[in-house]
Amino acid sequence: MLVSMNWIRDFVDLDGLDIDALIHRFTLSTAEVEEIYHYGENTHNVVVAQILSVENHPNSKKLHLLKVDTGEQVVDCVCGAPNVREGMKVAFAKEGGCVNGIAITKATVAGFDSYGMCCSEHELGISADHSGIMEITDDIPLGTDLKSVYDIEDTVFEVDNKSLTNRPDLWGHYGIAREFAALTGQPLKPIEKTDTSVYADLPPVDIDIQDTEHCYRYSGMKVDNVTQHVSPVNMRIRLFYCGSRAINLLADLTNYLMMELGQPMHAFDRRKVDCVEIKRFDAPFRFKTLDGNERDIDENTLMICSKGEPVAIGGIMGGLDSEIEDDTTSLLLESANFDGVCIRKSSQRLGLRTDASMRYEKMIDPEITSTAIQRFLKLLMDIDPGVQVVSSLSDQYVHHYDTVELTFDKAYVDRYTGIEISDERIIDTLTALGFDVKHDGTTFDVKVPSWRATKDVTIKADIIEEITRIYGYDNFKITTTLSPLRPVRKSLNKTDEYYAKDLLVEKFKLHEIHSYIWADSKKFGELNIDVEDNVKLLNSINPDHVVLRNCMVPTLLTAVNENKSFGTEYGIFEIARVIDGLREDGTCNERKKLGIVLFSRDCEEKKLFFRLRDMISLMIGNLRHKTVTFTHVESFHNWQHPVNTVEMAVEGVKLGFLSTLHPLTAIKIDKKAAIVCAEIDMDTFMTVPKDELDFVEPSKFPGIDIDLTILRDPDVTYRDIESIIEANGGEFLRTLTVTDVYDGIISSITLRLGFSSPDRTLSMTEIQDVVFGRIVPELEKENILLKK
Amino acid sequence: MEKKIAKIMEDFSEAARSASDSTSVEKLRVAFLGKKGEVAELMKDLKSAPSEQKKEFGQKINQLKKEVESRLADLTAAIEQKELQALIDSAECYDVTMPSAVETGSYHPITLIQREVEDIFAAMGFTIEDYDEIVDDYHCFEALNIPKHHPARDMQDTYYLDNGQLLKTHTSAAQNAIMRKYGAPLRAIFPGRCFRNEAIDACHENTFFQMEGIMIDKDISISNLIYFMKTMLSEVFQRDVQVRLRPGFFPFVEPGFELDISCQVCGGVGCPSCKNSGWLELCPCGMIHPNVLTAGGIDPEEYTGFAFGLGLTRLAMMKYGVKDIRTFNSGNLKALSQFESL
Repeated sequence: MLVSMNWIRDFVDLDGLDIDALIHRFTLSTAEVEEIYHYGENTHNVVVAQILSVENHPNSKKLHLLKVDTGEQVVDCVCGAPNVREGMKVAFAKEGGCVNGIAITKATVAGFDSYGMCCSEHELGISADHSGIMEITDDIPLGTDLKSVYDIEDTVFEVDNKSLTNRPDLWGHYGIAREFAALTGQPLKPIEKTDTSVYADLPPVDIDIQDTEHCYRYSGMKVDNVTQHVSPVNMRIRLFYCGSRAINLLADLTNYLMMELGQPMHAFDRRKVDCVEIKRFDAPFRFKTLDGNERDIDENTLMICSKGEPVAIGGIMGGLDSEIEDDTTSLLLESANFDGVCIRKSSQRLGLRTDASMRYEKMIDPEITSTAIQRFLKLLMDIDPGVQVVSSLSDQYVHHYDTVELTFDKAYVDRYTGIEISDERIIDTLTALGFDVKHDGTTFDVKVPSWRATKDVTIKADIIEEITRIYGYDNFKITTTLSPLRPVRKSLNKTDEYYAKDLLVEKFKLHEIHSYIWADSKKFGELNIDVEDNVKLLNSINPDHVVLRNCMVPTLLTAVNENKSFGTEYGIFEIARVIDGLREDGTCNERKKLGIVLFSRDCEEKKLFFRLRDMISLMIGNLRHKTVTFTHVESFHNWQHPVNTVEMAVEGVKLGFLSTLHPLTAIKIDKKAAIVCAEIDMDTFMTVPKDELDFVEPSKFPGIDIDLTILRDPDVTYRDIESIIEANGGEFLRTLTVTDVYDGIISSITLRLGFSSPDRTLSMTEIQDVVFGRIVPELEKENILLKK
Repeated sequence: MEKKIAKIMEDFSEAARSASDSTSVEKLRVAFLGKKGEVAELMKDLKSAPSEQKKEFGQKINQLKKEVESRLADLTAAIEQKELQALIDSAECYDVTMPSAVETGSYHPITLIQREVEDIFAAMGFTIEDYDEIVDDYHCFEALNIPKHHPARDMQDTYYLDNGQLLKTHTSAAQNAIMRKYGAPLRAIFPGRCFRNEAIDACHENTFFQMEGIMIDKDISISNLIYFMKTMLSEVFQRDVQVRLRPGFFPFVEPGFELDISCQVCGGVGCPSCKNSGWLELCPCGMIHPNVLTAGGIDPEEYTGFAFGLGLTRLAMMKYGVKDIRTFNSGNLKALSQFESL
């Protein structure tokens, strides 16, 4: 919203104060100012002058040669405006002057010298009108500085509308002037208005509020015999500086009032509207608003009607048919108050957000509807003294907000602020803001003014804000708390998560990425990844992003697909949430999971698979000092490879899976690359208790190593061999390691069995007895044979 | 005999001049001092020499031997020195400007900033909490004093789910659960991923990170809030940061503030980043609304507290100079792999 400081000064005396500094204080105490404009500061030496003669330019149809009397001298001027005529008084920029930043110098225009410029309102920066030069009324003496005639000079600032959301009272200049009054300690002047009690005996306006739930108050008045149709220059300048466009006197006045008091008003042409009903319709219909657009009106939209015919959308916009025209002389003035939520919803439905609806949705003060009419009359009568009021000020006030009264004591303020603010300061601040304050000992009884009581100020803490913001947060003495210190333990899931990340990044050189919580059906489709049924977004603006993911790997695979040019070998991971369907109570089963994908064009899939398996074993081993078991399972996602999908578990607790990719997905990413992936449920992992490190004192006595080379059979896993050896190795078997794997026509594996005793030197005979007397025969029973 | 000695000495000198490495010096030694060398041969001649001259010749041969030995030693030393120098000179001077071949991994920038900020809070006695991304209407809105039809709900374009839940629009959604879990007094931070249903561009993301903090105790004041925010932000930015508070409206705090920090780009004199104001809007905060405390099971007459929300994604953009917010969720390793270490 744009705020004119000239306008503010109508209501509060700011003479001698630094205006920019005041506006800065407004930012710190009230609402954020986004921009300050200094209008007129680059306009100098523009005076009221008179055109003495007009001659056509010999070489141009558009240009005229003028003799202009500036009050000091008569000068030549070449002018292109169509509306020049002899005797006309104009705004004339003298040679050496400046118009809205443009320096005026002697110029030669199409062969003739020109010593100045006749200015249009557009050139002066006071309106959008560039149809011709600005005409000045006859009563202004020649040579008068234009800036002393009109309010060209003004400081205007723009407030972020969002920061006014909770302040319905700040949607007009008068409310903002109240803030400046409180900030400066100056009194706020009352609004000058017409005393309408003298019209009390005139017939009332027929106002029928049928929807009393959504129309809170409706004030109306009829005025005849309007003869003026153009607004005064200064009013038009204010409207223009505040972002509005001058239309005609009556329309301008309603806009002016809205900007001044924050009360939207509407003027109906009384030829069309002479009484009003406020209601909603049962069936939808179309309605043409004054911007010329047809609107679909439904049963929830509040309408203003006249004799059953809709004439305006309540609180949003008037109808085209009943709008004020240039020849309107008789009007019905509306000043109403509606339910903010109803207006907001209608405005959203219609896609029509207007200056009026914006104000109503903030829940403006219903008390001011009649004041606005009285103020309107005052301004209208000043401009057009011949107007005739033909009705009483009629008013239907069906919904009052509750009065808000709050009681608090000084200790409450002290506790909340942490600083000392004096009683006087509290009283002065609240009084300046319009609160009615009674102070008795340490207790304050406060009555909240109507313009703050619609929703804004409801509890004691709101009063704290009023006191402190005017006091100024910059003036606060800042102090630390006296809260006792307590030890803080890091939560386990954080520790796990961070350790996992460190290990994956620092040791295994993986890259952490972030992906989205939903499946991207387009990207998944390109990789032959099914979007599995899951919880859905109801209102996603992207039709490809609807189903929430139930697994980390597919979103990581799409990332791999988009990173093929990054390198020939890399790995990525992410710890984030997936939704594993619904829980019994219908809520999402949200799980925190770690997903890992390795990609390589340099190494074969098998090697990559084992690299990933080892990463996981090491990570879990380090975090919990437990062994991970891997077991082949049937693939359960369409992109997993049917042969190598492996479930991982610790002590029977399933943690996730490790798999290679189904060829149909792998081939879509890269025909020549190996890709393996894994997922670990971090929430489940967190519940696995940590074992203590199992420390074994190294033996002081030499040990004995025995190597066995065993023929490999595809039906026998290493785990089978290992368990037989461990079961029969006896008390001295300490280590079992693989020293060689030979893949050939006859494949074999060489194992080294390490024996040692903590308290003696073992003899070769006793160990050979164990190996060849017990272990080897047991292996042979299972058809596991030594290589001869 | 004397002639022979002179001849040998002359021959030796001649040969020594051409000896250039340790092998030729060794040959020289064998040729003159070896068992069958010139000096040994002379000793044989000594037997046949007249006996009155034997003593004199013996002495002269000895002199010769010593002379040869001494010259050989000098020669050896010189050649060793020369060879050592040659060895040193022959070493390759390595090009230390060659690029590194060490493979590195990388952290997501959000992880980096989050850990940094968490460490600061942990040091100040704050519990670090993790909270769901999918929440219900009550936790995201009702419990935060945002009733149905409140315009604040329009300000946050919420993703609703078909089971009636929603993706949390702000980390504040965890406030109620955390207050219920710990009660007062309480100091906690809860970083998390938030979602807003809006179109994305260089400045807007539908998925981003925030970090919320609350501190509740008896007599927590606005003065404490300002102190705390200033201290915390100075730690985050590793310098004395100027802060200012402006009134700001958030339904879950009263009074509510927008906290600005002195622009970190221009130092507060004004630049395009801060729209020439010298200040950057960083973090909404305020005194926790009594209704929110009540909903969290904490008596607002006994306890007060403050809450603040820090945009971790925005902080990361400021700290690392990331211009396009979409970088964070792009998965683009050319960008993300640059964040190599903690």
